[in-house]
Amino acid sequence: MSAPAVLAAATIPDAVTFALAAVICVVGALGVVLMRNPVHSALALVMTLFGVAVLFVEQDAQFLAAVQVIVYTGAIVVLFLFVIMLLGVDRRERVLADTFRGQRVVALVLGLMVLAEVVLLARTRWTTGAHSVAGPLDGPGSNVAKLGRSIFTTYLIPFEVTSALLVVAVVGAVVLARRPGLGEPSGEAPDEADGASPVGPGASGPGAEAADAEAADAAGAGTAESTAGAGAAAGAGAAVTR
Amino acid sequence: MIGSAHLAGVVGARLVAASGITIPHIDYTAILPELILLGGMLLLLAAAALSPRPLPTEAYATATVGLATASLVTSLVLWRDVTDRGPLTTVAHSIDVDGFALFFLVTISCILVVAPMLGAGYLRRERISGPEYYVLALISGSGAMFMASANDLVLVFLGLEILSIPLYVLAGLDHRREASGEAAMKYFVLGAFSSAIFVYGIALTYGATGSTNLAEIGAFLARNVVTSDGVLIGGLGLLLVGFAFKVAAVPFHMWTPDVYQGAPTPATGFMAAMAKAGGFAALLRVFVSTFPSLRSSWQPVVFVLAALTLLVGAVVAVVQSDVKRMLSYSSINHAGFVLLGLQAATARGVAGSLYYVFTYGLVVLGSFAVVSLVGGSGEDRHDLARFRGLGRRQPVIATAFAVLLLAQAGAPFTTGFFAKLYVVEAAAAAHSYLLAAIAMGSAAIAAFFYLRVVFLMFSDAGAAAPAGEGATARAVEAARPAGIEPAGAAGGSWVPEPSGAVATMVAPVTRSAAADARSVSSGVVALDVSGEPPVATSPWILAGLGICVAVTVVFGVWPQPLVEFAHQATLLF
Repeated sequence: MSAPAVLAAATIPDAVTFALAAVICVVGALGVVLMRNPVHSALALVMTLFGVAVLFVEQDAQFLAAVQVIVYTGAIVVLFLFVIMLLGVDRRERVLADTFRGQRVVALVLGLMVLAEVVLLARTRWTTGAHSVAGPLDGPGSNVAKLGRSIFTTYLIPFEVTSALLVVAVVGAVVLARRPGLGEPSGEAPDEADGASPVGPGASGPGAEAADAEAADAAGAGTAESTAGAGAAAGAGAAVTR
Repeated sequence: MIGSAHLAGVVGARLVAASGITIPHIDYTAILPELILLGGMLLLLAAAALSPRPLPTEAYATATVGLATASLVTSLVLWRDVTDRGPLTTVAHSIDVDGFALFFLVTISCILVVAPMLGAGYLRRERISGPEYYVLALISGSGAMFMASANDLVLVFLGLEILSIPLYVLAGLDHRREASGEAAMKYFVLGAFSSAIFVYGIALTYGATGSTNLAEIGAFLARNVVTSDGVLIGGLGLLLVGFAFKVAAVPFHMWTPDVYQGAPTPATGFMAAMAKAGGFAALLRVFVSTFPSLRSSWQPVVFVLAALTLLVGAVVAVVQSDVKRMLSYSSINHAGFVLLGLQAATARGVAGSLYYVFTYGLVVLGSFAVVSLVGGSGEDRHDLARFRGLGRRQPVIATAFAVLLLAQAGAPFTTGFFAKLYVVEAAAAAHSYLLAAIAMGSAAIAAFFYLRVVFLMFSDAGAAAPAGEGATARAVEAARPAGIEPAGAAGGSWVPEPSGAVATMVAPVTRSAAADARSVSSGVVALDVSGEPPVATSPWILAGLGICVAVTVVFGVWPQPLVEFAHQATLLF
C-alpha cells in the first residue's frame, strides 16, 4: 500500500490523533537529544515512547501499544534511569565533543542510508508468504484475543518452554552474582577449605619430607577406595574435624 | 505406554467447550526425554536448597547420570516406537519426534551421561561446590533436545537460548580465575548478538513464507515459486549466520578459542559437545528438510563456510602451544567436517553428519577431561610441554588420550576414521570434489598436531633430562607454593594434590592425622614413582574416560550398528 492511499483512507479523527501523536513523538525525541540533564533526556524518551504507543493504538495494534508502555516506558526507561543514577546525575558530559573522530559524519550517512532503505522498502512490493501482514487479520475477534489464542494453540509448546528459559535466567544470575567466600553454601566443610589453602607456604626441610611421604600413603589409601565411599568419607571426616 | 499414547492420536486435538479454544493435544510420552531432564533439574535444585547439609558433588553427579540414563532409555524406547509406527508429531505440529530427532536425543543423553562423570573430580578439586554445574548441564541438554525435535522456528530459537545461556554461565563457573569470567562475558555478548541475528532471520523467513512452522514453510515453498525472494534469502542467510556462530564455523568462530580456553575445562568439553549437537541438529533439519528447494542458493554459501572452517581450524591449530586452544581450533576443524554432510544435502551426507556429531561428542568430552586432569589445580598449565612423558607417568590416562586424539585425527579402528570417511564420501558422491579434497587436506594437516601430542606423551627424550636432576628438582619444588607442578619429572613425580582430594583421602583417619595432612596439603605432596598415578584421578573420571574410549574403539572396529542407526535416522526424517 503506498503512502497516499493510506492518507486518503484516514478519517479526520484519525488524522488529528496521528498529528498529535507525531508531534509528541518528535518533541520527545528532540528533547532526548537536546536536554542538558540526562534525567530529563530519559523522561523525554518516555514521552516519545508514549507517542509511539498512541500510534500503535491508531493502527489497531492494541497489544503492541500495551507492550510498548509496559516494556519500554515501564522497564527500559527505568533501567536507563537506574544507570544514570548509579553513574551520578551531576556528572557533566561534554555532549558536543566527539568521542570518536568523525562520528557525526558517520551518523549522518548511516541515518540517510536507513531513511533511503525505509523509503525503498515502502515502495517495493515483495513477493511474500500466504498471509498479508498489511491488512487486518483474518477472522473475528480482537488483536489481543487472537494473540492469546495462538499462544495457547499454535505456540503452546514455545510458550511453555519459555518457563525453562526463565529458570535458566534465575539459576544463571544466582551462580554468576554469588561471590565466593561470602557465606556460600559449600559442598565441603568450611574448616576443610581453610586448612587446604592452595597458596600456602611450601613445605620444605626434612620434617616436611616425612610429612609428604605420610600424606602420600594416605592419598594412596584414599585412591584405592571407591569414589562413592570417598565422598561419604569426606562427609564423615568433616564431621569428625568439626 | 508410548504406543497407546501414540494410538490416542498423533495430531489429536480436543475441544475445550468453555473457552472455545481448541487446545492442542500434548503427547507427553513423545516429549518425555526433555521432561525428565527438566523435571530432574528442578528436583535437583530443590534437593540442594532443602537439604540441611551441603551434599557432596558426587551426589549431584550420580543424580545427573541417573536422569540422563533415564532419558537415554526413553529415547531408545521412542526410537523403537518410531521405527515401528513412523514419526510422531505433537503439540500443534511444533514438535517432531522422528528418527532424526531421536538420534540427537540419544546423542545428547549420552553426552549428559558422561559429562558429570568427567566433571565431578574437577569440581571437587577446584572446590566448586553445589549443584550448579549439573543443573546447568541438564537445562542445556534439554534445550539441545528441543532444538533437535523442534518443528517450529520459534521453538528452535527457544531451544537455542536454553542451550546457550547455561553454557555462558558454565564458562564463568570458576570465580577464582579471571579468564573464566572473561570467557563468560565474551561468549555472552557475542552469543546474544548472534541470537539477535537468528531472530531477525526467523522474522524475515516468517514474513516471506507466512509461517514459522518448518513443515508449513516447506509446504509453502513446494507449492509456490518465489520469484522475488530477497526477503526469504535474507532470512535464510541470517539463520545460517546464527547457526554458524553456535557451531563455531569460520568466519563466526572468533569467540571459540578464548571461550574454550577460559572456561573450566570440563565445561569446555561439555560446551563443545553439546553446542555442536544442538546446533547441527537444528541446522541440518532447517536447511535440508525445510529449504531443499532453495538448495541452489544456500549450497554455495555452505561450501565456502565449510572450506574456510576446515582450513582455518586445521592450520591455526598447528601453531598453538596451549592444548586447550589447540583443541578448540580442532573443534572448529571438526565443525567443517560436519558441514560437509550439510553441503552434500543428501541422505548420505546427513547420515554422515549425524554419525560425526555423535562420535565427536564423546571424543571431545574425553579429550578435555584428560586436559583437565593434566592441567592440575588452578588450571594455568595447559602448554604442550606438560604432556611430555605422560605415557610414562600416567600410562592409562596417556593411552586414553592417545586413542581419543587418534580418533580426532581420523585413524583407522576408531570412530573418527569412519566419521571422516562417511562425510567425505558423501561430499564426493554429491560431486563436491573440491570440498572433499579440501577436507582430506585439512585432515592431513590436523593429523600433524594430534600426532605431535601423542608422540610427546610417549617420547622419552624429554623425560630423561629431569630424571637425573631429580634431587635438585625435589628441593626446588618443595619450596614452591602448591599448585605449580614441574614438567615431566620421571625421577620423582610431583603432584599438588587438590586440597579437597587430600582431605577426602585422610577423612577416615583420626583428627590429628587429618590436621597433619592439612598442614601438608598446603605444600606440595610428593608421590613415589612406583607406577602409582600421581595425577589425582578418581574412579568417576576413569569410568567416564572408559566409556568415551570404549565407544570410540568399539564403534571404530565394528561401526555397523551406529552407521545403521544414523542411516535409519535420516530415512525417518
